[in-house]
Amino acid sequence: MNLDHLIPILVSTVIAATPLIYAALGELVTERAGVLNLGVEGMMLVGAVAAFAAGIATGSLSIAFVAGMLAATALSLLFAFLTLSLQTNQVATGLALTLFGVGLSAFVGRDYAGMPIERVPKIDIAGLSDLPVIGPLLLNYDLPVYLSIALYFAVQHFLTRTHTGLRLRACGESPTVAHAIGAPVIAIRYRAVMFGGAMAGIAGAYLSTALTPMWVEGLSAGRGWIALALVVFATWKPLRVLLGAYLFGGVTVMQLYAQGFGVEVPSEFLSMLPYAATIIVLVIICRDPKTILLNQPASLGKSFHPDA
Amino acid sequence: MSQPDSLLRRLWPFRLERRATPSAAMRLASPLIAGVAMALTGLIVFLILGQDPLVAFRVFFIAPFGGSYEIGELLLKATPLMLCALGLAIGFKANVWNIGAEGQLIVGAIAGSAVALFGSESLGALTVPLMMLAGAIGGMAWAAIPAFLRTRFHTNEILVSLMLVYIAQQLLGYLVHGPWKDPAGYNFPQSRAFAEAAILPALVEGTRVTGALIMALVLAVLAWLFTAKTHAGYRMQVAGLAPAAARYAGFSDTRNIWLALLVGGGMAGLAGISEVAGPIGLLQAVISPGYGFAAIIVAFVGRLHPFGIVLASLLMSLLYLGGEAAQVELQLPSSITGLFQGSLLFYLLAADLFIGFRLRRIVRAVAP
Repeated sequence: MNLDHLIPILVSTVIAATPLIYAALGELVTERAGVLNLGVEGMMLVGAVAAFAAGIATGSLSIAFVAGMLAATALSLLFAFLTLSLQTNQVATGLALTLFGVGLSAFVGRDYAGMPIERVPKIDIAGLSDLPVIGPLLLNYDLPVYLSIALYFAVQHFLTRTHTGLRLRACGESPTVAHAIGAPVIAIRYRAVMFGGAMAGIAGAYLSTALTPMWVEGLSAGRGWIALALVVFATWKPLRVLLGAYLFGGVTVMQLYAQGFGVEVPSEFLSMLPYAATIIVLVIICRDPKTILLNQPASLGKSFHPDA
Repeated sequence: MSQPDSLLRRLWPFRLERRATPSAAMRLASPLIAGVAMALTGLIVFLILGQDPLVAFRVFFIAPFGGSYEIGELLLKATPLMLCALGLAIGFKANVWNIGAEGQLIVGAIAGSAVALFGSESLGALTVPLMMLAGAIGGMAWAAIPAFLRTRFHTNEILVSLMLVYIAQQLLGYLVHGPWKDPAGYNFPQSRAFAEAAILPALVEGTRVTGALIMALVLAVLAWLFTAKTHAGYRMQVAGLAPAAARYAGFSDTRNIWLALLVGGGMAGLAGISEVAGPIGLLQAVISPGYGFAAIIVAFVGRLHPFGIVLASLLMSLLYLGGEAAQVELQLPSSITGLFQGSLLFYLLAADLFIGFRLRRIVRAVAP
């Protein structure tokens, strides 16, 4: 395998990883505030179909991304209202959100299946994108790819270097203490959940307008769940989300290229790879219970009610 | 009250007040409230789609009770939902979140089909019982993976059981596109049709209901006996309601997790083989319209109680049939079923809050 083969593989890896980065960083912020939202898959699908529909209707990809973001945020607001204001069980509500999102997106998207849409354009930096190796490898992606890296830096900075980020983490570790020192726990958690929703929406929009520029029922194919697993894999640290996403992007891409290189395995087994890899990675991270105990936000998934 | 809370407070000027005791009436009323709220949502959706809401409502919710064949279909579709949900509920009660029933259903169907495809000539009357056994074992084996990984390596059973759904779907796809494909099947991705001896006969003439329904009802009674009358069932309930108390009492977490996943997987496996040996009659690339996921909703709507689940599975079956009827008669997309299923669970979860709480308007002591 020489460089000419390697570059397209690496480029596809980065592109396949991008929706995972958005969804997983969003969920990471939600979880660091102490809320477990299992509805990522549903929010992603709704974001994907909303973006696709808006893109078809307006012909504008920026509007498509905004639409995807808004639709998924609306769904996350529903989740926040149920779990934070009405104190419902987070696991059950998250599952409901995914089941609802799967149904809603299939319903809304029924007329869009099979329609073509213009792919998010790659940025051509005059002169630079044509440089050998560096050009195609680093300087010839679409805008959301670069923004996903920026998002990583923003989330990292927000969580570790800002006062608001500190308060958000306090809500995830001990909402009682956060409340006692005057942090509006419920309001902070609302915002964290909505941020998670918005990012899942962008991830969905990227799926339906860039990764596979089309809409089919169940387009996300479990990527929302893989994003959830990534957060565990990353032990709730943004940098490891980034690395994990590229690892998974690589596994997804490998499945496509393996056949091209004459690997004699039925395609179904190659399609199992990302899911099997998720399980293996979870086992590796979780096998020492201390890893999870020390890193998981202490109040993850637990309801908090300031008046109770 | 700190300042940033005030906007929230103005939008939502209510306070939750814990009831002295959980309301038993509300526990039973909540699924009904959710059902009514879902039906109202349905009316609105029909209006948006430009349908006469009353006509659509009749097609969707009333027509499936039209005659003996229709009622047969209702019971037929309720059966796999019932089987999956009964098993899942036992786990949910113990805080074991198996959400991979769909995958366990598929592997159960594959295992049972292996008996049907390769043994039906020699097994005779034993074929169907052995298929059922293989189906249950297949589902249990698939559920044993998250059980083993959770108890041995502390992995989250939600994520593992869900990942295994995708893997099971690929496995089924491989078999019906590859080694098990019917050579005389015009290249369709399906196995050859099961022999007569490997098919569940219709229970009532003129319907498609099979003995699987009886099996599901018997299992509902057994599930009730297990939860209400056995020590193992009691241990699992304690583990769900008060994990600390369960640990203090020395109840084994490991045993609960294994039991919950094996029972859930076994029942889902039975659902799978009952589908392929019943209404489908062969193995094909898609054997379930998401029964394993819908069963999660059934389990909650049925209050995690076996008899409640029997009723809830009929409601969910109605949603499937209503979706099909709406597609045929009104040209509405059948995916409307998923929309109703999801909103039903939302309404239920919201209504459930009022089992333990009631809403009080916040009255400020001093005017702002």
